[in-house]
Amino acid sequence: MELKKHSFKTGVLAAIPIAVGYIPVAVTFGVIAQQSGVALIHSVLMSGLVFAGASQFMAINMIIAGTGALEIILASFILNFRMFVMSISLQDKFRSVPIFHRVMLSSGITDETFAVASLREEKSDPFFYSGLFLTAYLSWVTGTILGGVMSNAIPATISESMSISLYAMFIGLLIPAVRRSWKLCLVALFGMGLNTIFSSFFSSGWAIVLATLGGGLLGIPFTRRTS
Amino acid sequence: MTQQLIFLILGISLVTMIPRWIPVWIVDRFTPSSWVKDWLDNVPYAALGAMIFPGILSVQKGQPFIGLIGGIVAVGIAYFRLHILFVIPGAILTVLLLKNFL
Repeated sequence: MELKKHSFKTGVLAAIPIAVGYIPVAVTFGVIAQQSGVALIHSVLMSGLVFAGASQFMAINMIIAGTGALEIILASFILNFRMFVMSISLQDKFRSVPIFHRVMLSSGITDETFAVASLREEKSDPFFYSGLFLTAYLSWVTGTILGGVMSNAIPATISESMSISLYAMFIGLLIPAVRRSWKLCLVALFGMGLNTIFSSFFSSGWAIVLATLGGGLLGIPFTRRTS
Repeated sequence: MTQQLIFLILGISLVTMIPRWIPVWIVDRFTPSSWVKDWLDNVPYAALGAMIFPGILSVQKGQPFIGLIGGIVAVGIAYFRLHILFVIPGAILTVLLLKNFL
């Protein structure tokens, strides 16, 4: 029992850097959702049930643009499908865990929790991963609530200029990766170029979906692992 | 509208959760080929690119340069490794200034 408690606590501590990163972003999400006319209850529901930052911002963006539900869902699927790969590579660490607990743990996979979890030595310690994922999850949901509540305190002149904030958010997510590798910059540019072309033939949602798949595909020759 | 939004959120939740769950059952039987993995690795960056451009040009109707300059400022701030909490206000401030003083 003591050992389990200790593992859980170690997991919570390992999640602190994640929480520090999540809370401001979740607050921003809460604010933007509210400014876009999505009620607090819905933005919190989204954070609680989806738990995937970029796709939540994208969904709000598409809701504002009046995009159809099917396109939004398909775009979310494509954007989040990478979690399938992350989940595959993490299952090895969950091997000794009962299946229901494994499903719960897998629900907590995000870019950040995956990065921290996959670098850990702890094999098959469900209590460590529970502490890690739960802390990250709660910080995300709490941040969303905070943002939704705070958004009323923001003056109208500023909120009128907030339509740029979604794009700034995406840029803020993209640039650190681009700094690491110019190849990823190329992939992003493929996405931009294809979307510019597709936008004149398709509705904005489908154009984004096709540009995402096509841009990723065009990037393969450049980002191919040399192993 | 409210009900539609709840169904939309449930839909997004399902398509995000199912890929996280499926490996629980199939991990011993299937591994994606290396080029599929590379493709999936690229997807987030292609998606970010597609979501930024050309949408950013429509931030202010009829004045595409406002969004463009706001975006360039955001890139600049992010490039100097400042946290996203500086990137977003920086871009908002830029748009605010451009709208009011041009």
